[in-house]
Amino acid sequence: MATIIERRPPRAAQRAKTGRSRVASIVWHVFCLALLALLLYPVAWLLGSSFKPGTEILTNMNVLPDAFTFDNYATVFEGVGGLSFWTMLGNSLLISTLAVVGNVFSCTLAAYAFARLRFRMRAPFFAFMLVTIMLPMHVVLIPQFIIFQQLGMIGTFLPLVLPKFLATEAFFVFLIVQFIKGIPRELDEAATIDGAGPYRTFGYVIFPLLTPALITTTIFSFIWSWDDFFSQLIYLNNPDTYTLQLGLRLFVDQTSASSFGPMFAMSVLAILPVVIFFAVFQRYLVDGVATSGLKG
Amino acid sequence: MTVAVDRPTDSALTAPAQPPAKAPRRRPRTGRTGKNGAAYVFLTPWLIGAALLTVGPMIASLYLSFTDYDLFSAPEFIGIANYQRMVEDPRFWSAVGVTLNYVLVAAPLKLLAALAIALLLNKARRGQGFYRSAFYAPSLLGASVAVALVWRTLFANDGVVDNGLSTVGIDGGGWISNPKLSLYVLVILAIWQFGAPMVIFLAGLKQIPQDLYDASAVDGAGKLRTFWSVTVPMLSPVIFFNLVLEVINAFQAFTASYIISGGRGGPIDSTLFFTLYLYDRAFTAFDMGYASAMAWVLLVAIGIVTALIFRSSRAWVFYSGEEK
Repeated sequence: MATIIERRPPRAAQRAKTGRSRVASIVWHVFCLALLALLLYPVAWLLGSSFKPGTEILTNMNVLPDAFTFDNYATVFEGVGGLSFWTMLGNSLLISTLAVVGNVFSCTLAAYAFARLRFRMRAPFFAFMLVTIMLPMHVVLIPQFIIFQQLGMIGTFLPLVLPKFLATEAFFVFLIVQFIKGIPRELDEAATIDGAGPYRTFGYVIFPLLTPALITTTIFSFIWSWDDFFSQLIYLNNPDTYTLQLGLRLFVDQTSASSFGPMFAMSVLAILPVVIFFAVFQRYLVDGVATSGLKG
Repeated sequence: MTVAVDRPTDSALTAPAQPPAKAPRRRPRTGRTGKNGAAYVFLTPWLIGAALLTVGPMIASLYLSFTDYDLFSAPEFIGIANYQRMVEDPRFWSAVGVTLNYVLVAAPLKLLAALAIALLLNKARRGQGFYRSAFYAPSLLGASVAVALVWRTLFANDGVVDNGLSTVGIDGGGWISNPKLSLYVLVILAIWQFGAPMVIFLAGLKQIPQDLYDASAVDGAGKLRTFWSVTVPMLSPVIFFNLVLEVINAFQAFTASYIISGGRGGPIDSTLFFTLYLYDRAFTAFDMGYASAMAWVLLVAIGIVTALIFRSSRAWVFYSGEEK
């Protein structure tokens, strides 16, 4: 392979080349940063505008406020449309946390069975599981709504949380299956020789090795359930159960300038957990997307 | 040991089906039924979910699509009347038009942006990891109600975009209230979230063997030629994957159109996505039968489009493992 004849370029040419590549590098960085500034402008503008007086927000395109104020946040903390901000935050956090627990629990169990255990219906079940990843939820939406209505669960968190404990987010099952397949089978065999059955092999060998896959599952379960506006809109019709997303929706019908301030302050607060997750786990997030094609 | 060997005939006579010595004391843990049983224990949550929340509801919604059902009285079977009504429903057709328009414009442009930035970032320079994360960030934020509200404000009448365009002499008014432009507010929001496919493209670009680029350089190919003859074919499986994913997602877009149009899909139905109209039929008109029929139309439409992309892939997707 190393048969390519290397001819070193003359010194002057080489120096010229490194000089040129340094210029190219600077141009590249400037271009990337400019693009990034354009891309992140809406978010920066959102953050800056949340400190502007309501009358300034619509027309002031600058990120930094002309007149700096905390009033918008104060208004939000006092409550929005008669609803407590803290209740909505608590509801959002509770739903997302339970979604994480549910997905980690149910998807891990199913994934272990698909990845390591032999059973008669494995191939058809696995194929079906893959198909459900692509299935639009609308096709099960109405009967699911009827089921939850019959069970008296409309207006509670259960319709949002219960399905996660039943591994309905097949995507995570697939993700964990792929991960388990990468764990050497010798470990399972060693456990079997030591007398461990499938339960102990799972509990003591496989599960402790799943951490990276579970972190990815946790992050995306949390964020997807945090942003799952559609399901929240349908199931949470009791104001006590409103989430931050539903609270924000209340601003949609208000177009007066006075509502812009609190709307932006609450928007910032509503995306803050996602931003924190991103800042802490960005490596896992981006690598998770790269290896599994998560939609993000 | 010797005892066991000495008395094979004995045990064969007394207990013909018994396994060799010592075995009876243990449970048959690796036996077929044992493992089968364990597998179903692990699968229990998934099986319950698949049966009660997927298969059952799918059958039920197919049945409901042939009924008149308002959630309060029993469903009444009306044959294909819902589907016939659809053909004559102008709002249904605007929803179809808006959604197809969105899918055809937003998905390719988003992928184009993703590919362009991935190529830009694929240079081995310092800070690549930082840029990758930073360009990815909007993809994570874009699904939120908060960002949709920002878009609504940015593109409002006398908003930042309107004012900005006015200063360069384009006085178009707010995009949100202009039925010709309102959909493009949503398209821009979709393109803004190019981060996820970009990260997948970057991973794909890293898989392309350097030898191919070396060989192409030895053959005297220019940058453009190398791009078309090496990068694009080698990346085509990833392009295909991203295309399928984005098209399926675009068909189901909802939150942004709901927030930006205030849940009504206006002005004059220009942002009435299929899912938004379905939501409207099901949960404001309680026309559950009709909405179920719409859901099945959506499923079939996504199925057909996905099948077409798969079909076409034979012509343009290149797998380096196989002979062409």
